[in-house]
Amino acid sequence: MTDKTLYDKLWDSHVVREESDGTCLIYIDRHLMHEVTSPQAFEGLRLAGRRPWRASSVVATADHNTPTDHWDDADSGLKDPISRLQIETLDANIKDFGALVYFPFKHANQGIIHVIGPENGATLPGMTVVCGDSHTSTHGAFGALAHGIGTSEVEHVLATQTLVAKRSKRMLIKVDGKVGAGVTAKDIALAIIGKIGTAGGTGYAIEFGGAAIRDLSIEGRMTVCNLAIEGGARAGLIAPDDKTFEYLKGRPLAPKGADWEKAVAYWRTLTTDADAKFDAVVELDAASIQPQVTWGTSPEQVLSIGDRVPNPANEADLQKRAGIERALQYMGLAADTPITAIPVDKVFIGSCTNSRIEDLRAAAVVAKGRQKAATVKQVLVVPGSGIVKRQAEAEGLDKVFVAAGFEWREPGCSMCLAMNADRLEPGERCASTSNRNFEGRQGAGGRTHLVSPAMAAAAAIAGHFVDIRNF
Amino acid sequence: MKAFTQINGLVCPLDRANVDTDAIIPKQFLKSIKRSGFGPYLFDEWRYSDTGQPGMDCTNRPLKKDFVLNQPRFKNAQVLLARDNFGCGSSREHAPWAIEDYGFRVIIAPSFADIFFGNCYKNGILPIVASSEIVDQLFRECAAQKGYKLRVDLETQTVRNPAGEWFSFDITPHRKHCLKNGLDEIGLTLQHADAIRAFEAKHRAAQPWLFAH
Repeated sequence: MTDKTLYDKLWDSHVVREESDGTCLIYIDRHLMHEVTSPQAFEGLRLAGRRPWRASSVVATADHNTPTDHWDDADSGLKDPISRLQIETLDANIKDFGALVYFPFKHANQGIIHVIGPENGATLPGMTVVCGDSHTSTHGAFGALAHGIGTSEVEHVLATQTLVAKRSKRMLIKVDGKVGAGVTAKDIALAIIGKIGTAGGTGYAIEFGGAAIRDLSIEGRMTVCNLAIEGGARAGLIAPDDKTFEYLKGRPLAPKGADWEKAVAYWRTLTTDADAKFDAVVELDAASIQPQVTWGTSPEQVLSIGDRVPNPANEADLQKRAGIERALQYMGLAADTPITAIPVDKVFIGSCTNSRIEDLRAAAVVAKGRQKAATVKQVLVVPGSGIVKRQAEAEGLDKVFVAAGFEWREPGCSMCLAMNADRLEPGERCASTSNRNFEGRQGAGGRTHLVSPAMAAAAAIAGHFVDIRNF
Repeated sequence: MKAFTQINGLVCPLDRANVDTDAIIPKQFLKSIKRSGFGPYLFDEWRYSDTGQPGMDCTNRPLKKDFVLNQPRFKNAQVLLARDNFGCGSSREHAPWAIEDYGFRVIIAPSFADIFFGNCYKNGILPIVASSEIVDQLFRECAAQKGYKLRVDLETQTVRNPAGEWFSFDITPHRKHCLKNGLDEIGLTLQHADAIRAFEAKHRAAQPWLFAH
């Protein structure tokens, strides 16, 4: 028997049929949904007179548009009528077409789709998981084949429970050794993107391996897989292990009783075989990774905290030089500025990348007994879900944040993409635990620097970026 | 979906790498529950000097004159010439909807982001991967010649410049078939409903916990 990678095992176990050109029909086990990329898909079903193939595969929530404050107001904080219509459209579509689980706006367990899936046990090893959202790669942390799809594909999955797809190439990213103090999953992921570039993983499914990955908590593994898409790979994968099974056991949608034992026995087979071949292998030494900060308008424009912003004069390639110049101009930065000399106007702690309990704990450790800098206008802490929020409050983290002058908000995507009222004004600079520093991502003209939760909290206190290891 | 066979289209050059879907169609326009009407907001932040809002009438908005889409010589372009990693970022299909609604039918670049690339085919847009050398040449020719057009033919999988030079491109037979005939892929897949049902029964037997709820 040929040795297989984890990716091959997941792919092969879901092929319904294959055409001669390699185009396959792939069976989909879990369909995650939110309000932004689903309305046109449901409309398509309706126009064609179709029904969902298996509504019990659907787990849905409203997260992108939802406000993170003023939930007690008469309008629930939902001031924008277009956002309201989109959220109500999801309510109506789920009512019409059905779902296994739906957490509507303001439900106690509502939250970011990529946070609520795992915490409810809706994401399991060995599954295929899709969602009309590129950060679906997050769920690969459980050894599931998970990736984002467009709205036409959302409709296709609803109608047929399958996707038309071709096998990806396989990349192994091996991070060996141990990370130093203050270096987190976010720093590992940003360092990887800095090394391979934002298109480095295009056409690949990336398996993350090595001691530093195995050492990560499940939350940390989700952060790494979440950012696979920022390295160009639709899917990131980490083989499940005892930590994974421990995390899943007892969650509402996880298998129970005899099924649990049978499932774990199967899940233990979901590892890359010893002699399996990858199409590409990238290696990093964990000990060499420093706390990371992005300086530009692409996640690959990332540096260690001790570095200086690049000087375009040092870049020989003219197209790359133009790219650096454009990024510096947009970001309002002078060449050779030390990262630690960059001041911030706002701080955002949240998003599907870093809004889980472990992230909030890391930020709270930094914030405890300190005050946000007077020059920092706003620090938003947005938990990933109602469950995360209640857990944080049970641990008193909310009080730590509020005492430090941070704002403790309701769950949602919030300022990661600024579809709700949480956003940057033109020219404002933000230390953000989210995933994209694209132009305008957090608000038109806004300037985003991606960092870990602890680094974001430290920037809030100091008023500029600081090395968390000396903080 | 609109079928695609061939065009002889005016080329618009967008000379920057890593153009992301937030730039192609900013987030505020994603609040729409419709598939159409995104064209006026394509590249909104690069194209207009004010901030666009959904539903806004764009006819009198202040333009950023230097931006390529605002230059009269590229009006009614059908071929978008781009650089590496075009369409990176989010999976929003609003990006190809905006590109198609604006009037582009072909995008030529050295590389595309995966999700965006797949989304194009679902919307009657032909994304063509060409070598960096070819793309460089097309950028040079486009800058040098006003009214520069490319003839794109799906059947022969070729792109021809005004001088008659040509290069060929790859496309899977499945995608070619769907694009050429403007096919509804769901209808095509449902022809295999029996195979899906058979797979599902086998899958359920092997991993019953996936179907327990």
